[in-house]
Amino acid sequence: MERHRHLDYDLDNLRSRVLLLGGKTETALARAMSALVERDTAAAREVLRDDDQIDQLELEIDRLCIDVLALRQPAARDLRFVVSVAKVTPILERIADHACNIARAAIDLNDEPQLKPFAELPRMAAQASAMLRAALDAFTTSNAAEARAVILDDDEIDALYEHMFQTLIKLMTSDPATTGRGARLLLVAKHLERVGDYVTDICELTVYMAEAAFIKHSN
Amino acid sequence: MIEPRAGEQPAGQARTTTAQAKVSVRDLNFFYGATQALFNISLQIAERRVMAFIGPSGCGKSTFLRTLNRMNDTIPGTRATGEVLLDGEDTYAPGLNVVNLRRRVGMVFQKSNPFPKSIFDNVAYGLRINRLTTNKTELQDRVQQALEDAAIWPEVKDRLKTSALGLSGGQQQRLCIARALAVRPEVLLMDEPASALDPIATQKIEELIVELKRQYTIVIVTHNMQQAARVSDVTAFFWLGKLVEVNATEKMFTNPNEKLTEDYITGRFG
Repeated sequence: MERHRHLDYDLDNLRSRVLLLGGKTETALARAMSALVERDTAAAREVLRDDDQIDQLELEIDRLCIDVLALRQPAARDLRFVVSVAKVTPILERIADHACNIARAAIDLNDEPQLKPFAELPRMAAQASAMLRAALDAFTTSNAAEARAVILDDDEIDALYEHMFQTLIKLMTSDPATTGRGARLLLVAKHLERVGDYVTDICELTVYMAEAAFIKHSN
Repeated sequence: MIEPRAGEQPAGQARTTTAQAKVSVRDLNFFYGATQALFNISLQIAERRVMAFIGPSGCGKSTFLRTLNRMNDTIPGTRATGEVLLDGEDTYAPGLNVVNLRRRVGMVFQKSNPFPKSIFDNVAYGLRINRLTTNKTELQDRVQQALEDAAIWPEVKDRLKTSALGLSGGQQQRLCIARALAVRPEVLLMDEPASALDPIATQKIEELIVELKRQYTIVIVTHNMQQAARVSDVTAFFWLGKLVEVNATEKMFTNPNEKLTEDYITGRFG
């Protein structure tokens, strides 16, 4: 059936483009955190330089989704897939924006003496990256059970953020000379906490795509 | 079907209806001679809602539609078993007045079929042969009302005495709808009413269907699944003479219960 072949080709194409976008987003986040922890300004600049590719990929997927909706008129699971891709794409782009913000913070912090190593930040970053990878795997394989499991992991990131927040506030209060660097690190922690939230959004869309169930706002 | 978990909201439930059933079909079987065309069909058609029948060619949807006003009776060698109830009354009961049934359950066909008469006489035809009006003024009022209900009055009001055959295809189809509405049916059966029309004429018919459901129960057979999605509240999927699934239209097109339905509406059939 002609329509079947065209639609399948388009859906496969969308799937591969989302995988590519997800991969680039994962890389951006990992490199930004590495730039911060390893005090590698060159790596941070690479993250900023490569962000344009992610933006272009987002636009390309947007156009593909609109074309598929207009020309193929997908229904049922195909419709849910295309709608979910259209919603996941800007989420991935926003995660990449957070990676850029972390990279900018790294560039600024690398020009100043190191405040002190905070164990929570690499742990938050590792957790956020692992969640993102698992969420993308669940999304591309339409695995609702896996997506639900990933959502539960966000609590750990929230707890790490809360601990980091308290620690940095105490530090900045006791030593006002650390305020600038402390505030930047606090923003980095907030970016990672937001990444956890965005990954949760991806998982909720995965559940919708797989089961046609809306779990967003269902606690 | 995957049941939603506690606190989760299933997609596609918005237009699910609890309206009273206008037509109830129970265990309907239909035969063309020795060939069985419909198998144990049971479904309810809610009052003042639009139900769409979809399915591949030869699946029995048009045959089933025609059982609802016994149009198949005109085909020699056909036979039906089971029940078709209109407001609880068995339409296949011995002695039932079939002409009266077809007045209550009107029909519009795939190809517009105006009589070679004037526009006015086409719409007045059913009123005259059923003696449904008592004077000329009432007849004129009923014809005008039917043409207005079919959304064609502004286009024909100044040429009611001209031949209906001079109208465009889309206008002829709306005239046929007006002709069906003139006798004030309770149910309107539409067998692919827009399949021969261009997109603009199709849009007018679809808008008309949505408007008409305020007053009528409508059943439409269509091969155009987007049309079923646009106009209907409930969709029924037929396959090889069997009713595979009946569901709220949103549910049917976003998350059908049956894999066969999903395969059909996603184009992966066969």
